[in-house]
Amino acid sequence: MKNEDSNNSKLWDISSLASEPQGSYTTRLRSLDELMERDRLREEDGFPRKIRIGKLIKPGKGGQEKFVVVPTTVEEKFMHDSAPTPPEEEEPMGGTGDEAEGDILGEQPVRPEQGSGSGTAGHGGGEGHELESSAYDLGRILTDRFNLPNLKEKGKKSSLSHYTYDLTDRNRGFGQILEKKQTLRRVIETNIALGNITDVTDIDTTKLLIDPRDRIFRILSRELEYESQALVFFVRDYSGSMDGKASELVCSQHVLIYSWLLYQFARQVETRFVLHDSDAREVPDFYTYYNLRVAGGTRVAAAYKLVNDLVEQESLAKDYNIYVFHGTDGDDWDTNGEETIPELRRMLTYANRVGITIAEHNAYGPRGATEVERYLKGSGLLDEKPELLRMDVMGEDAEETRIIEGIKKLIS
Amino acid sequence: MELIDQHTKSIMEGCKERARDAGLRFSDETLEYIVTNRDMLELHPKVMIPTLYDYWVHDVELLKGKGKYELYPHNPYETVINTRPPISFYNDNNPDWLNVMIFYHVLAHIDFFQNNLYFRHTWEYDLTGKALADKRLIARLRSEHGRWVDYVIEFARSIDNLVGYFDGLSHLFRHDRPPFPRRIDYYFDVFLQEVKGVKTAEYVKEIERYNRCTREYGELCEESFFADVVAKHPEFEAFYLKGTREKKEERLDILQFLMEHSEFLNQDENRWMKSVLEVIRSTSVYFQPQIRTKIMNEGWASYWHETLFLTDDRIKGHEVEFARVHSGVTSLHRVGLNPYAIGMRLFQQIEEAADQGKLSLEYQRLADSHARKEFDRKTGTGRDFIFAVRENLCDFTFINTYVDQDFVNRHKLFVVGKRLNKERTAWQYYVKSRKAGEYRAMLQDSLYHPPRIEVDRAKGSGKTLYLNHSFEGKPLVTEFIANTMLGIEFLWGGPVKLETSEVGAAPPQESGAPRREEEARKINWRRFVYTMENRTLTKTLLGAD
Repeated sequence: MKNEDSNNSKLWDISSLASEPQGSYTTRLRSLDELMERDRLREEDGFPRKIRIGKLIKPGKGGQEKFVVVPTTVEEKFMHDSAPTPPEEEEPMGGTGDEAEGDILGEQPVRPEQGSGSGTAGHGGGEGHELESSAYDLGRILTDRFNLPNLKEKGKKSSLSHYTYDLTDRNRGFGQILEKKQTLRRVIETNIALGNITDVTDIDTTKLLIDPRDRIFRILSRELEYESQALVFFVRDYSGSMDGKASELVCSQHVLIYSWLLYQFARQVETRFVLHDSDAREVPDFYTYYNLRVAGGTRVAAAYKLVNDLVEQESLAKDYNIYVFHGTDGDDWDTNGEETIPELRRMLTYANRVGITIAEHNAYGPRGATEVERYLKGSGLLDEKPELLRMDVMGEDAEETRIIEGIKKLIS
Repeated sequence: MELIDQHTKSIMEGCKERARDAGLRFSDETLEYIVTNRDMLELHPKVMIPTLYDYWVHDVELLKGKGKYELYPHNPYETVINTRPPISFYNDNNPDWLNVMIFYHVLAHIDFFQNNLYFRHTWEYDLTGKALADKRLIARLRSEHGRWVDYVIEFARSIDNLVGYFDGLSHLFRHDRPPFPRRIDYYFDVFLQEVKGVKTAEYVKEIERYNRCTREYGELCEESFFADVVAKHPEFEAFYLKGTREKKEERLDILQFLMEHSEFLNQDENRWMKSVLEVIRSTSVYFQPQIRTKIMNEGWASYWHETLFLTDDRIKGHEVEFARVHSGVTSLHRVGLNPYAIGMRLFQQIEEAADQGKLSLEYQRLADSHARKEFDRKTGTGRDFIFAVRENLCDFTFINTYVDQDFVNRHKLFVVGKRLNKERTAWQYYVKSRKAGEYRAMLQDSLYHPPRIEVDRAKGSGKTLYLNHSFEGKPLVTEFIANTMLGIEFLWGGPVKLETSEVGAAPPQESGAPRREEEARKINWRRFVYTMENRTLTKTLLGAD
């Protein structure tokens, strides 16, 4: 009310503010690449990096989960944390209804068979295609910005089912693009035959007759493509002990690896997902792979055997570069790897790379004490076939930079 | 982004007339823009101010917002910003009846911005204009100092939640002359109690003497009273002068303190950083009331869009559609808090209670529940009362004053607890309490409340800046301490210490042995000091709290 007098003049100001500057805000927006470059400079200036590459996931069933790759950052401030609560209680919230004090409103399993992941869950469907476009971008950023290695191609393998369409065939009379040179040649031939051209060094083009059938067109046709393609087996230990941080870490790393491969193979990547506790099972999609939890014990050999059997039964090694990435907390009932090592040897006969990530629990004993790490080192395979087999051990609360370091170890 | 068309503007003007008749007060001019969802996404990181300064974190937020939008497209009805004139943004394609509802909602927000006293410091100027000037300043500095401008912005923003918002606000309400002579205040509040440490009986006797003095001498009382004081305590004048000098030293928030006292910032080549700090500080102060009045402001807007919509002759035939949209906004959630719902119901209940004369001692003293139910003095002052509430309170006082057992019972509210059931290996949600006190505490816990951290000049020796966190039962977020202190060290140009409370380790003999539940729950708070020096953080235990 007080400013009515000045409003008229300000009115003009405001509307000009709204349209200023020229061009939309987006055009001045820094791209993700620029932001990452800025973040790299922070390190040079002596400040810690602030930008992380995150993923938003909208799970859907049947491989319909949708991913979006986004940068995230936290503006750190002095802020109140929530007051400590007893370990078996969480902070209270509000509600409304008729129940009496003490009545149970609902229950949520601690380890759901199909649960809510890491707070990024939601509802509804999406298209699998979008996962690829974002994951591809993520792979490109990872490769460029974090200096992940570029893959050396093992050789191109023929794809049996992949075709592209190209203007390779020729046809007389109709088609998509006129072949000028070929057409002219036909016209000349026809006119020589008709006697319209007597002296080939002196052709009067205005006299030439053009038969519609002389026109040669290029025509779109199906072409077989030869390109290298990859098949990735993601194998995850989902036994009881993996609940929480270890699972989050393995899943994050697997998403990043998948993205890197997607970029390296120009999207020619297929994925298979295997989960194991004491038994192994193949699951249809990343959603299930990401969200499933159980409380069973651990037998790594079961998973390796399943992968080997799948590759053999479906003759996958013939057509694909095969990668196997396994994430575990290092627990194994098969303490000495008696079952696991032979399966691993079998795997190394066809795989381009087997990468094993061990997310060690902070609470249990000293580092390097897990069964898997011990028997892998004991087998000598790590030294014998360093180009095929890699292992990376990290704490279950590893930061993103450490996860990326880990990927380098597994794939370089 | 474009202004709404003339037809829609005429609907808005109609809403303004009706809202004014109902008692809402707001400036004549308002601006309404149609924006796309994409525009909204772009404005969001800049707190909807198109002219706010550029900063890379906004870009990160925007990219994230766009990603989210791709997964979960959403469409807010409106956004209002507190400027001169107020600007509001709308999505395209709303039917007229919906615009009527939204416009009432927006007008109530504007009324709130322009009349609630916590916004007092924002009443007189146009933020978008100031923001534009700030933005240009920062752009110019960036052309001179490059990315270092962004580091300074970052470090300043890391403490912009600690701005002295209330201190600033209190200046606006301060009288030129204190109601009592300050000498009297000093004598009774400080000198007798702290300097002399007199007994209560003697203190009361002095008060009596003063009162007698006032009765006998009227205006000349003070002179006579202090003549006796000085006779008895010759040192009084000296103490008083010293005491008032100390008082005059202003309480500066950390950003102000740095601007004034940091040797680093006051070096010639670094002076430009101070103007960046000023931009960050003033922008933060501007937005402080918004976050402290969320429940009231949304409740107020919901109250009015309901009240005014239903009496608007232009919307006949759309009542059912309105009910659907309205209940979507203002329904009480089965589990979870909806500020729109709680705020609106509180205003409605306050109005009703005031209408019946229930906000009185007479009602409060009634113990008989039947009598309480039947109580109705038919005062009809409800409407006036809620206008006063919207003017004078913020979320904290609103909840603290009006969330009572009547309110909790009436809306069947309860506090939901979440506990682990080991047998069933499941989290159970249960009705923890229906007591107003606990419900109030839960609401208050959900409110914005930055920690109180102040510069302690006595403890900071030499070049060290000493920050003291007044502990209020909650620790600070530990992960954020290092980077926040890194920034302060940069701006201060020397070592920084932060004294704060954290959970200390349990005494060793207890850790292995089984403990009784209440013992296990007892928290062992300890006072720690963090030190940031040469970009390295260390932590030492100060002693038991």
